[in-house]
Amino acid sequence: MAMALRLYLLLIVFVSSAIVSFSLYEDQVGLMDWHQRYIGKVKHAVFHTQKTGRKRVIVSTEENVVASLDLRHGEIFWRHVLGTKDAIDGVDIALGKCKESCLDVPNTVFAFTLMYHRSMLRAWNLPDGQMVWETSLHSAQHSKSLLSVPVNLKFDKDYSILVFGGGYLHAVSPIDGELLWKKDFTAEGFEVQRVLQPLESSIVYVLGFLHSSEAIVYQIDSKSGEVVAEKSKAFPGRFSGEISAVSNDKVVVLDSTRSILVTISFVDGEISFQKTLISSLVEDSGEAEILSPLLSNMLAVKVNKRTIFVRVGDQGKLEMVDSLSDETAMSDSLPVADDQVAFASVHHEGSKIHLTVKLVDDLDTVLLRESIQMDQHRGRVDRVFINNYIKTDRSNGFRALIVMEDHSLLLLQQGAIVWSREEGLASVTDVTTAELPVEKDGVSVAKVEHTLVDWLKGHILKLKGSLLLASPEDVVAIQEMRMKSSGRSKLTRDHNGFRKLFIALTRAGKLFALHTGDGRIVWSTLLNSPACARPSGISLYQWQVPHHHAMDENPSVLVVGRCGSDSSSPGVLSFVDVYTGKEISSSDIGHSVVQVMPLPLFTDSTEQRLHLIADTDGHVHLYPKTPEALGIFQREFQNVYWYNVEGDDGIIRGHGMKSSCAGETADEYCFTTRELWTVVFPSESEKIISTLTRKPNEVVHTQAKVSTDQDVLYKYVSRNLLFVATVSPKGAGEIGSVTPEESALVVYLIDTVTGRILHRLSHQGCQGPVHAVFSENWVVYHYFNLRAHKYEVTVVEIYDQSRAENKNVWKLVLGKHNLTAPISSYSRPEMFTKSQSYFFPQSVKTIAVTSTAKGITSKQLLIGTIGDQILALDKRFVDPRRTLNPSQAEKEEGIIPLTDSLPIIPQSYITHSLKVEGLRGIVTAPAKLESTTHVFAYGVDLFYTRLAPSKTYDSLTDDFSYALLLITIVALVAAIYITWALSEKKELSEKWR
Amino acid sequence: DDSEGLLLIYVFFFLSPGSKKDLETRLLAIDDNLRTTTMAPILRSTPLVALLVLQISLLFFASTLPISSGSEDSNTITGRVRIPASTAIGHAAKFSNIKVVLNGGQNISFLRPDGYFTFHKVPAGTHLIEVYALGFFFSPVRVDVSARHHGKVQATLTETRRSLTELVLEPLRADQYYELREPFNVMAILKSPMGLMVGFMVVVVFLMPKLMENIDPEEMKRTQEELRNQGVPSLSSLLPASP
Repeated sequence: MAMALRLYLLLIVFVSSAIVSFSLYEDQVGLMDWHQRYIGKVKHAVFHTQKTGRKRVIVSTEENVVASLDLRHGEIFWRHVLGTKDAIDGVDIALGKCKESCLDVPNTVFAFTLMYHRSMLRAWNLPDGQMVWETSLHSAQHSKSLLSVPVNLKFDKDYSILVFGGGYLHAVSPIDGELLWKKDFTAEGFEVQRVLQPLESSIVYVLGFLHSSEAIVYQIDSKSGEVVAEKSKAFPGRFSGEISAVSNDKVVVLDSTRSILVTISFVDGEISFQKTLISSLVEDSGEAEILSPLLSNMLAVKVNKRTIFVRVGDQGKLEMVDSLSDETAMSDSLPVADDQVAFASVHHEGSKIHLTVKLVDDLDTVLLRESIQMDQHRGRVDRVFINNYIKTDRSNGFRALIVMEDHSLLLLQQGAIVWSREEGLASVTDVTTAELPVEKDGVSVAKVEHTLVDWLKGHILKLKGSLLLASPEDVVAIQEMRMKSSGRSKLTRDHNGFRKLFIALTRAGKLFALHTGDGRIVWSTLLNSPACARPSGISLYQWQVPHHHAMDENPSVLVVGRCGSDSSSPGVLSFVDVYTGKEISSSDIGHSVVQVMPLPLFTDSTEQRLHLIADTDGHVHLYPKTPEALGIFQREFQNVYWYNVEGDDGIIRGHGMKSSCAGETADEYCFTTRELWTVVFPSESEKIISTLTRKPNEVVHTQAKVSTDQDVLYKYVSRNLLFVATVSPKGAGEIGSVTPEESALVVYLIDTVTGRILHRLSHQGCQGPVHAVFSENWVVYHYFNLRAHKYEVTVVEIYDQSRAENKNVWKLVLGKHNLTAPISSYSRPEMFTKSQSYFFPQSVKTIAVTSTAKGITSKQLLIGTIGDQILALDKRFVDPRRTLNPSQAEKEEGIIPLTDSLPIIPQSYITHSLKVEGLRGIVTAPAKLESTTHVFAYGVDLFYTRLAPSKTYDSLTDDFSYALLLITIVALVAAIYITWALSEKKELSEKWR
Repeated sequence: DDSEGLLLIYVFFFLSPGSKKDLETRLLAIDDNLRTTTMAPILRSTPLVALLVLQISLLFFASTLPISSGSEDSNTITGRVRIPASTAIGHAAKFSNIKVVLNGGQNISFLRPDGYFTFHKVPAGTHLIEVYALGFFFSPVRVDVSARHHGKVQATLTETRRSLTELVLEPLRADQYYELREPFNVMAILKSPMGLMVGFMVVVVFLMPKLMENIDPEEMKRTQEELRNQGVPSLSSLLPASP
């Protein structure tokens, strides 16, 4: 009895210690996980190469990142990820000498990066990225913003940084960000177009248009902000707003007909216009467009898919000097040497790109001409930034930073690509998984362990390491061995399913396959389409996953894209082979894409999944368009239902299939639908903020849940459940904009076949944003409680009441149970729910749940916090059966005593000391080994790890010491022999006696 | 230097009401010159802190004044994060990576070298401020910005429900993300399941014969007879017969 008690206590100890189920030793970092840092598509780039030492480039990107990159290797020195709404309008470097004492370091060259975004001007220290100062400027929506930093800035009060934003011109001191003066330009109809400050001049010119038909130039004293002079002149006609500043006193603007270029010169404050017809410059003229590069005394105009260079003469006379094909990207002009200004242009020719650097004044003088072999899957060149350096022979050398169509960033120097960064991966939109090819016989497998001796040596090292007897060199050797070990980066499937591919679709429409072992890019494909040049990718589906039949076919994924940004623009389907990355086929489907529905369990003989695509007209289209697929679909025609959510109107509609489409354009794969039900939320009190369903491929191991008192609960497991969260319209805004009395959060569980509301739960005084996760028979959602002013997490578990009577053994024996009765959405469900709420001390960006192959392993919630970390929280912490004082039996079952808030255990951050900057989503996928799940998180950064929520109970860990096992066996064998010999001896001596 | 070692974050909250006159801006320019000279000693010498706190606060109050302007409900919240000197090994690196988040991501701010952060154009209402720094866990702060009384601010730590008059925040803990490897320990090995099993085996191997010796040989023989009669193969038959 005592023994049993002791064993039981021991069990309790094990159970309680097992709560911290994810934890990592510092030396295990990088064994199962990898982390990749990105910045996104570069918008602006400023080089800093003047000083000897580290050469760097400051970039700002479309992912709202400001970063300093090493120009030699492309590594990130530092970076800052701003909020999702904080788009960066400009970035520049201010360099200068400190005359007076500034920031404790007098008389040193001090440099920082200036960044203007959402009415904030921030200065960052160039070497380490520490913020030096920030200034809030006047803000207004939908207004241009311009940042102007004087060249060779000196750090005293006389020089200022000019920022135009929100209708105000601000002068900011570079020393501490103090606002020196500001000038209001918010007059009705007035729009500031350019702010110019000639070198060595204290006058700032502000040029703007009044009602697009009158040009006004203000001359402002840069020290005081006083308006010195103001001149205006009416223009007969209207300006289009496209403008290019060609020199300190001239701008060229396009008029509203887009056929006349107007040169506005404002020498000494006098405004004069000079009109030039574009047709007088080029013969085949059409609608023109002024391109953005800033060139001195020249402008680039795009007419009829050609780029023409127009020189602006002293008197404002325009003449065409050169023309290039359309596929040309140009840089801003760059001062090279004594009054010479150069610019770079890049154009494509076959698989090569040609980089040309010319002088602006003399286009025949080519300073540099280089041809570089370029990967076709990077697309066209989008942007070019150039920088010069002095070579050893005193001539000018150029390096060019180019941004490609797939968002990748490359540095070209001396005819070669010095480094490249796959910045497309910073904007992943959808992720799916794919298997690697099976290892075939005859294919030579790279030997993992060379010889037995090496193998043993390695394990002895490991043993030393685990006993903490290893010397520092040994530790290094162990770490190196672990990183290389077990062929984790091989390109074949493994027995445990640890090696997989994550297929990521990026905003640029490029598909990447990432290896789970080391995170390298196995292949990448830029999607093409016959209909349009570059379709934008929407979503990614598994198209063909051969496992029973069609084993010789390669698996493939379906990429649904669209030509254009509008939801009614025609869709494009691409099929990509997962093994090779080749685009098998691509088709323009001729209708829009609103919703893509993979049909569960429906596959044809080649294991292609059947998909339905709904368009804007309310029709659905079946894919693949084969007679076989049509046959399969028509068999289940009456059982296909779908729903759509109209978030703005607060309506959820359920649809069923009706008939084939009528009309001449329709084919037999198009079907009309009928509306079966609608759920309308009252618009004055409820607004839909979140909807969620279960993952269609989720596996549930058992339907029954046996509780401690021998009671059985049956989970209500239905694929047709929709979780909807609504909030009062007032509470739809940010925290702090509403009082607790004004806001209420209501959650619903709706059956999507019948439209029946199965459960409704109201939280008074709460508001969104709601982040939820739906798995098996439970939903966990995170929201903000305004009364407590804390975040809350609620769990709702749904159980089936109709099966609850099947407890009696006799009923089961006599077959009087209803367990084999088919489950149908039409049978009136008798269900009950259990729910419980807890406080959670952090804002959340996304929540996911682990998924395993058979669904036996207990689950963990993966909570992506606003600090860009991912916390693994055991599902047992969000169990509605938790009570304040669990009984002994409940404790035995593993029920944790109820606490009012969920614990944050630092060791259970799966990202450990890393951050997945700009975290947007977490994807989980099961490995073949039941205990293990793959976790892939994406945002600006990428992070992957392998998790075992209940520890690896079905395999030995990597730490398992084979050497210890071997030594033990050897020692045992030796001991047997020795004792055998001894006993022989003893027996002999006894016989002699 | 006690205050340096404490895990404290001092957050001073100041609110400045709407539109201000140019006159005040002029005054500020003088104040700003003062700041550049006074800030350096504050960071180094602690005895001066008490004396200068008022001055700093005034300076910050002042420096925020020209920034907030426009509509009535744009207020400015200024606070300070102080990293404990004792635990900050990569001090500078950590410092530049700290983010201060207003209302769950509505606004993100960074720290200046002196640890101050500012949120501009905050409307009146109840707000939530969170500090994210790798290696530390901070309690979110509930901040009530009063619409009627300018400058009246109530701040509460939501985790501990502690109300703050001067808004002095204590980070709840320093986070350790890794398990610590236990040094080699004989006891730990003995306590492990393997160790327990080995121990049990040792007990059986070495102590059982000792127990056997204590049994009276006569009794032993009798028991053996009994067992033999029952026909059950017994353990004693495997043992060497006593001489």
